[in-house]
Amino acid sequence: MEPHSWTIHEARERLDNGRITATGLTRSVLARIEAVEPRVAAFNTVCADMALEQAAAADRRLQAGERGGLLGIPLALKDNMITQGVATTCSSRILKNFVPPADGAMAARFKEQGAINLGKTNLDEFAMGSSTENSATQITRNPWNLERAPGGSSGGAAACVAADMALAALGSDTGGSIRQPAALCGVVGLKPTYGRVSRYGLVAFASSLDQIGPITKDVADAAIVLGAIAGRDPLDATSSARPVPDYSRGLKDGIKGLRIGVPREYFIDGMDAPVADAVRAAIDTLKGLGATVREISLPHTRYAVATYYLVATAEASSNLGRYDGVRYGHRAMDARDLLEMYMATRDQGFGPEVKRRIMLGTYALSAGYYDAYYKKAQQARTLILKDFTDAFGQVDVIATPTSPTGAFRLGERTADPLQMYLSDIFTISINLAGLPGMSQPCGVDGNGMPVGLQLIGKAFDEATMLRAGWAFEQATAFHKAKPSL
Amino acid sequence: MTIQRDEVLKIARLARLELTDAELASLGDDLNKILAYVEQLSALDTTGVPSLEHAAEAGDTWRDDVSRPSLPRERGLAVAPAVADGCFQVPKIIE
Amino acid sequence: MKYEVVIGLEVHCQLSTNTKIFCGCATTFGNPPNSQTCPICLGHPGVLPVLNRKVVEYAVMAGLATRSTISSPNVFSRKHYFYPDLPKGYQISQFDKPICEHGTIEIVVDGTPKRIGLTRIHMEEDAGKNLHEGLGDVSHVDLNRAGVPLLEMVSEPDLRSPEEAVAYLKKIRTLVIYLGICDANMEQGNLRCDANISLRPVGREKFGTKVEMKNMNSFRFLKQALEYEIKRQAKVLDEGGTIVQETRLWDTKRGVTESMRSKEEAHDYRYMPEPDLLPVVVERAWIDAIRQNMPELPDAKRERFVADFGLSEYDADVLTVSRELADYYEAAVAAFSGDPKTTCNWVMGELAAKLNETGTPIEQCPMTAAQLAGIVQAIHSGEISGKIAKTVFGEMYGTGKDAAQVIREQGLVQVSDSGAIDAMIQSVMAANPDKVADYRGGKDKLFGFFVGQVMKASQGQANPQMVNERLKALLAG
Repeated sequence: MEPHSWTIHEARERLDNGRITATGLTRSVLARIEAVEPRVAAFNTVCADMALEQAAAADRRLQAGERGGLLGIPLALKDNMITQGVATTCSSRILKNFVPPADGAMAARFKEQGAINLGKTNLDEFAMGSSTENSATQITRNPWNLERAPGGSSGGAAACVAADMALAALGSDTGGSIRQPAALCGVVGLKPTYGRVSRYGLVAFASSLDQIGPITKDVADAAIVLGAIAGRDPLDATSSARPVPDYSRGLKDGIKGLRIGVPREYFIDGMDAPVADAVRAAIDTLKGLGATVREISLPHTRYAVATYYLVATAEASSNLGRYDGVRYGHRAMDARDLLEMYMATRDQGFGPEVKRRIMLGTYALSAGYYDAYYKKAQQARTLILKDFTDAFGQVDVIATPTSPTGAFRLGERTADPLQMYLSDIFTISINLAGLPGMSQPCGVDGNGMPVGLQLIGKAFDEATMLRAGWAFEQATAFHKAKPSL
Repeated sequence: MTIQRDEVLKIARLARLELTDAELASLGDDLNKILAYVEQLSALDTTGVPSLEHAAEAGDTWRDDVSRPSLPRERGLAVAPAVADGCFQVPKIIE
Repeated sequence: MKYEVVIGLEVHCQLSTNTKIFCGCATTFGNPPNSQTCPICLGHPGVLPVLNRKVVEYAVMAGLATRSTISSPNVFSRKHYFYPDLPKGYQISQFDKPICEHGTIEIVVDGTPKRIGLTRIHMEEDAGKNLHEGLGDVSHVDLNRAGVPLLEMVSEPDLRSPEEAVAYLKKIRTLVIYLGICDANMEQGNLRCDANISLRPVGREKFGTKVEMKNMNSFRFLKQALEYEIKRQAKVLDEGGTIVQETRLWDTKRGVTESMRSKEEAHDYRYMPEPDLLPVVVERAWIDAIRQNMPELPDAKRERFVADFGLSEYDADVLTVSRELADYYEAAVAAFSGDPKTTCNWVMGELAAKLNETGTPIEQCPMTAAQLAGIVQAIHSGEISGKIAKTVFGEMYGTGKDAAQVIREQGLVQVSDSGAIDAMIQSVMAANPDKVADYRGGKDKLFGFFVGQVMKASQGQANPQMVNERLKALLAG
């Protein structure tokens, strides 16, 4: 097996044993990028030279006896995470040439831990979308079928991990943007509890929903990366001070007696039958491993999409106010006055989906509508959270499909935004409730495209979710499948 | 509730988005479709239900009043579209 | 028609913290443009605010000083509008859950005390500065001020005249200076004031249409602008017109208020709770600790000076005008507590005159309070006379010498030894035998001549009272 196809834990062992250098590993991954990136188009920026410098530095640390963590591991960052000296575009024209003067929390952690930053992966503009087609830079393709979408918004991150162009990547998840593309690309994607990972340096889409998390080749790697990025950051007031457990340690404890809930609202009409079958089979596998399974109800699920699109767009309309062409980013240069400069800059800089959401969010917050829309949605959110709190009184983990369908054809859903929104139905409640969720491969659909199993944990109980996911992985081989590129 | 063209225009202006006539029309359609969909929320009884405005756990999340070095000015200005005399330059602001 | 004036003030106090409200940039005034900025206060993508604890502390102090209710939790909100000096497209402020509510501020106008309701105090960030002058068809943006902490204090419409408005603003200024939370330098914009003003026919309950007024950044401008606006509105109403609800700007040069170009759109700030900041919990214990460390406020201090030191209301009022002056006085009384009234006279008299003459603020006074107390003590003990004391003061001021040292070096100790005084009297009598004879012959007026001669012989150091007594005795023969 080529080094680029290793998992982090496989690479870790070899790096720590001195059987490969970080430079050797990085060269292998860069060669893989060179070979398949032209077809997949996962990266907005590849930092080959910088990656090799960082690899050399990691090798010095390894030689000095340092071990473990992310030291010497080549990873990719979603292009909405701030990186000093490396363009951070959010796949938007408005930030096309923006090179941040300082690092965000994730870039800083990478450097601190000696991880290697391969580059920045493509996304739906400002993470708004479910297919990565709303990118102003390029169309990323699903490594399993280049005519199909990788999902989104972290489509570049999921595609690059699935195609072995990085050992793992960091994505961000506001309504499913880590889990859904992970499911569609056949890799593992974990959205931590809100507040578990610092958002400092993550370009905000919807601040009360956004969370950074790992996209990896297996569950063990998700545990490693989560452990490396979680924890309190004094620069993020919403980051939690709870101690970070050693997520890898409890992985193998088994799931005998683990109570798994299956919400009846998550197996809906119009759901792709092979997807439903694969997920039901996965739940049976978990049962076979000693878990008890019971049906639960999350009655407010049907309000989740409406709630989500009001909350997320309202916050987005606010967060995107700073792109005004004054201090950085694109500016319309021919404007005669200030108002014209603002309007033309934002018109030229933002794509249609971003404009649509800014419009909806502005409307939802505007005078006379706040109570009917934004406030109402925040109240509905309380009820959605309560559904989960009640359910977690009876179960330890909830199992659902990640997405109602496998990867769809490029262009297939771009015409109808509402239809695209509805495809997020299984992932968005988890963001509204601030809970941890993870998608992992559990089969294929009728087109041979990967299907994802979503596990949902209690707040700050990623460990139990990871343990269940790891047990499932040990009993199956779905995570070992690789696309042929 | 449907929103008319005038209102779409008003919102666009509030959001500082210049829209072409075609964009106005299609965005108006999209907004109306989405609003019709979210209308289902009005069926939800939220009497006495508090808003979930803050997703994070409560806790002490202060800064002490201790200064940190600012960004060297040239680095802050280097990313700006137009700069003069150490300032960000914009078209004349009419108060 | 006769109108009643209804005024409410919105006062912005820039807090004197070391750093900005949401980032670690310094708040020093007057540095080169944009030299005190960072990704956070520049509103870069991906940055987050973290609240400066001191700002909450200062807000609580202002709340306690105005008998406000401190709300916990209180909540930050985003107020949205586009302007080049506002980096994020929104200002982080407080909206429906401010930190302080329902306070009062007591003012005195023409000797009559009056309570003004304080609707709310809230925390927010300042905007940067747009520069236009001499720049032709462009403007420049300096964001050093962006993110400097502000307290906005909003009064009820309880003020009924420009004089009351000025007294109210002065009271706020004194308060924040006392609390040490704001430098309150109006020229530097530390303290800014907007007003809402309306007129209503006397006797009518319903408020008239209010006009918002901006740019009245001195006590004088506030008074002038309100006076002008009262006349303007009265004229409009008298002529049967109606007042337009608008924002007017005080033109300091022309002395008129002018309508700000009507905004192209009505403000729709689209307030929403700030998701990046948690609700601010202000626990009882914290409030108590802040209260414990709060300086005594001017009203309380004045009353205590009257009660403890026997000062007149007037004297106590003058001494408590600034915390530094009051502190100086108290330090002097602490150093010598024997005669607070004389200490007061010296602080308000000789010392104040000297400071005034040299343009020195009390906190930079070259004479310590203990040194001044040394003079009062020397007078009180009879060591020097009040007159000599002025010489001593002159010698001390600016040299750093103590009173005792000056008195010793210059030999200014009052002579109270009766033997020495008798000897001086006798030599004066011996030198003027004819005048002695005249005095003894009934020319009483010559007594003053003898006093003068003896004081002269003693170089002013003889105890005048003793000189009087001994002269009377010896002249009587």
